[in-house]
Amino acid sequence: MINQILLMNGYGLYVWSAFIFTLLSFTLLYAVTKIQYSKERKKFIAKFGNLNPKRASFAKSQSTIKEILSNTSNI
Amino acid sequence: MFKFFDPNKIFSITSRAPKYVLILFVVVLTIGLIESLILSPEDYKQGHSARIMYVHVPAAWISLGIFSTITFLSIFGYIFKIRNFFLISKSLAPSGFVFNLIALVTGSIWGKPTWGTWWAWDARITSMLILALFYLLYLLAWRIYQDKDQVYKITSIITILGIINVPIIKYSVDWWNTLHQPASINILSKSSIHSSMLFPLIIMTAAFALFSLLIFLMKYNTELIKIKNKGLDRL
Repeated sequence: MINQILLMNGYGLYVWSAFIFTLLSFTLLYAVTKIQYSKERKKFIAKFGNLNPKRASFAKSQSTIKEILSNTSNI
Repeated sequence: MFKFFDPNKIFSITSRAPKYVLILFVVVLTIGLIESLILSPEDYKQGHSARIMYVHVPAAWISLGIFSTITFLSIFGYIFKIRNFFLISKSLAPSGFVFNLIALVTGSIWGKPTWGTWWAWDARITSMLILALFYLLYLLAWRIYQDKDQVYKITSIITILGIINVPIIKYSVDWWNTLHQPASINILSKSSIHSSMLFPLIIMTAAFALFSLLIFLMKYNTELIKIKNKGLDRL
């Protein structure tokens, strides 16, 4: 049974390589997107930390900024 | 009506959604892989090599769908001056490009046992390669041009030119003699594919659509944070 799934009457190499290529592409795209997201978020938090209290409280009043600073956007 | 597309209003949804979409994607993909690699029958003509269809066809469908969506959003964004439409388009493009590449590579892998060659300058394959070039141009334009008005204009032109290629891809197998087989699935008429193969194809299409939604949401959130970063610089 396992041999049949792996070899697929001689087509196994083609079928498995197509599926593996697809899944690797998914993983790579997900990882790159995740890294870019984390980098921007870290940059944002660092910039926000450097604001003086008055400007920080003004910025924090914006709903989007609240969301970025919260942990809900982490996946 | 367009106030609904205000990024500030939808960020609370887009920032929470990815984790749920990711879970759903993993579940649907697992079912799809079991169906397509183990449970579905082999093709009476092409044998097990036909299983490549379960990744090749959804990837091609979704890359075409994303390009059409990008074009629609770019045109409307340009006419009605809705910046968020450009942001959505920009966030959709990377997954569209990757799906286009998957369709080309898996098609090439499928071609070897079926046609005896990895590549042929066939109308369908060549037009899909041209679509990949349009995706590449679109993504490069966002990297090259810094001026917002200029990038909106150039990306809109790229998508308008690229959309001409979409019906060519669709009807290439009918208009010319191609190595590529004609469509097996028709929405308006009876499909020539058996339900035992159609079911895994639908599941895999759903999984791929969820993946593109996941990447879109993550990219869109990244773009919004980039805008907020620029806003903080101005404070």
